Amino acid sequence: MTNKEFKRPDGRKIDEIRPMSAKVGVVPNADGSAIFKFGETIAIAAVYGPRKMHPQHSQNPEKGTLRCNYNMISFSVTDRIRPGPSRRSTEISKITEWALEPVVMLEKYANMVVDVHINILQANASTRCAGINAAAMALAHAGIPMKDMVSSVSIGKLDKQLVVDVNKYEEDWEEGEGATDIPISLTSNEEITHFQLDGKITKEELKKALKLAKKARKEIYEVQKKALKELPGVEK
Amino acid sequence: MTHRKIVIPGESIAKGNDFLPGEETEKRGEEIFALRYGLAEETNKLVKVIPLSGVYNPRRGNVVIGKVELITFGGWVIDIGVAENAFLSLTEVPKFVNKDGLDEVMDIGDMVVLKIAAINKRGIDATIKGRGLGRIDEGMIVNVNPNKVPRIIGKEGSMINLIKDETKCNITVGQNGLIWIKGDKIEEELFAKKAILFVTEKSFATGLTDEIKKWFEQEKKNDK
Repeated sequence: MTNKEFKRPDGRKIDEIRPMSAKVGVVPNADGSAIFKFGETIAIAAVYGPRKMHPQHSQNPEKGTLRCNYNMISFSVTDRIRPGPSRRSTEISKITEWALEPVVMLEKYANMVVDVHINILQANASTRCAGINAAAMALAHAGIPMKDMVSSVSIGKLDKQLVVDVNKYEEDWEEGEGATDIPISLTSNEEITHFQLDGKITKEELKKALKLAKKARKEIYEVQKKALKELPGVEK
Repeated sequence: MTHRKIVIPGESIAKGNDFLPGEETEKRGEEIFALRYGLAEETNKLVKVIPLSGVYNPRRGNVVIGKVELITFGGWVIDIGVAENAFLSLTEVPKFVNKDGLDEVMDIGDMVVLKIAAINKRGIDATIKGRGLGRIDEGMIVNVNPNKVPRIIGKEGSMINLIKDETKCNITVGQNGLIWIKGDKIEEELFAKKAILFVTEKSFATGLTDEIKKWFEQEKKNDK
């Protein structure tokens, strides 16, 4: 990339993801659940359904509905945030729905709804990506028919340097051109289901960012796959 | 038994045109992909995925256990644990029912064993014509994961018959994961419940029936 000697504040390589870990079946009352961590960012997702959509006027007789709810717990950040829905959380809920909708197959579940509740237990940037990763695993764990898995990663541009999986310190980068945040979600076919951009970037750099995301996706997918296959007493 | 392995949605299970895509799978080009999280199995070149989780998917002919939710003019609306409620029509009751006395046959809140007669766009139609079907008067209901029901029943009912013999209880397993246990003594019913919960816990083990046999011997020794 542009600068070979670029040092990230936490000593990571430019294409290094924070240590990831994942587990399914963490919410006993849900039909499916998963926890996903990007270092200090922890997301927990619970799936309920398919069940009948209420109120009746929101039912879709053609296919089932996917309903996501993203929520940051009040103690997830250093300054306590006011609990309850906010402009930001409603927006991310909708984004998560759009990121997952292309893969879930709800044709057979007319008039029904699948609820996905994502809670951020601890936030250190990339929360929406951790949320999407956890949600995709929870949906699979709930036995919802899916075309593919979805893995999400955030690419950042700190001044002129592209990096993978930004943390809070890097997100607030102020030197040079400042920070640009690009969360990307991909299926295992490398098809894009979600792509956001907050900041300034050139076309060439964006292409490089996508390339980095595709590489990181493989690592995330392996973590998701491993967690889903970890079941006691079954041969792998 | 063929080789089984856990697959996740979008994972390739088999390659080549020799294989046929079965339940919960899809063919894309030359490869067969899983569409659901579960165990992949291949028998006679037919590849399918057996779900490990998820809500109960009602099918025609299934025996299920439900709870009466509502009494209408023509019958009962019964909750069987799925999005769509089952409807039990008056004509599907094998005895004479007075139109004003539907609640005397089955009241709201009663548990009932029923069979799914038909599934159509309007909903699920149920019947209680048949042996072992009808209102539950006494006993115990245990709720388990519906995906574990095949293991509780076992091959040709081997598991459930073993539990029935060992506990001297009458057991009806609903495909929706509700199990009705009826014994002479509470202790026997509780013992049967314990056995069933043990089966659900160990549902991944191979040679499960033998393991349950051992478990029964152990339990009996502990009793003495």
